[in-house]
Amino acid sequence: MSTLHTVNKSPFETQTLLSCLNHCKDGDAVLLIEDGIYGGLAGTGLSEAIRQSASRVKIYVLNEDVKARGIPAERLMEEVTGVGYDGFVDLVTEHDRTQSWL
Amino acid sequence: MAYEVNGQVVEHDEEGYIVNLSDWSRELAEEIAKTENIEMTDEHWEVVNFLRDYYEEYQIAPAVRVLIKAIKKSMGPEKGNNKYMYELFPYGPAKQACKIAGLPKPTGCV
Amino acid sequence: MSDTKKFLYVNRKAPYGTIYALESLEVVLIGAAFEQEVALAFLDDGVFQLTKGQDTTGIGVKNFSPTFRALGDYDVNKLYVERESLEERGLSEDDLQEIMYEDEDDDWAEKPSIRIVSRAEMADIMAEQDVILSF
Repeated sequence: MSTLHTVNKSPFETQTLLSCLNHCKDGDAVLLIEDGIYGGLAGTGLSEAIRQSASRVKIYVLNEDVKARGIPAERLMEEVTGVGYDGFVDLVTEHDRTQSWL
Repeated sequence: MAYEVNGQVVEHDEEGYIVNLSDWSRELAEEIAKTENIEMTDEHWEVVNFLRDYYEEYQIAPAVRVLIKAIKKSMGPEKGNNKYMYELFPYGPAKQACKIAGLPKPTGCV
Repeated sequence: MSDTKKFLYVNRKAPYGTIYALESLEVVLIGAAFEQEVALAFLDDGVFQLTKGQDTTGIGVKNFSPTFRALGDYDVNKLYVERESLEERGLSEDDLQEIMYEDEDDDWAEKPSIRIVSRAEMADIMAEQDVILSF
């Protein structure tokens, strides 16, 4: 049993991503979408905290949202996996429930 | 769209619910009841007053099943049942009684 | 398999700055007609929704905090509030309004609907649900 969490807010603007990570169970997945993708950036003040969570949950970013914002793939943390819309759908079907963090 | 009571004009929406809850009066309630083909009796007033008290306390017009359960608790099973309530308000106790009581349409009614 | 599902409404926003809190409460009231197993979670700024003594007369919007006390009539009697979220905001259970329900299976005894839980317990509660609705 596992949950797919989606986060659509920048972690530099709200606590949403941190709150989400604090409520994840081992084996859950977090998909960063819309402004949430900024949480996947390497070398930020939050990267370390997010990297630590990545040891127990898988972190994904939606490629289309990354591209739209002009973020090159190499600026993302190594622990973060890019997926497209089809990958988003796969993630939804692979987990028992989806929780949107607004 | 409006009701007229004692020369005063009270606005209502397309379904007959008054727009400003503070416009309500007993005379207006009688007027709304007439448009619903209901002759207000003590039994009708008992339900209308109950709804107004419920709204005052909780700030919502209860769904019909919640209303009937609450009436049953407060006035007993001979009144807190579907048959009694639909006899008083044939087109739906929550909808018609709320309209007469000057409350918004119950949350969850479509 | 039972056809009742466990629904959790997750509330993470303060009451009047945005429409989320009121919308959540309305969806809960409407959804209650479907006789599912419904619980509410309050975490992060969502805990501010339950503070006592709210008075909105000066800001011209409806004070919907009394409506939480009607939830028992709608058979919604599990309101989980996260302790860490309260503490981070300088609040304790005493700052929250009292919300009671009558337990049908216990001779209609009055019981509190609010249950204070830890962050870890909240994570467990979320992981038990069939459906999570976020506001």
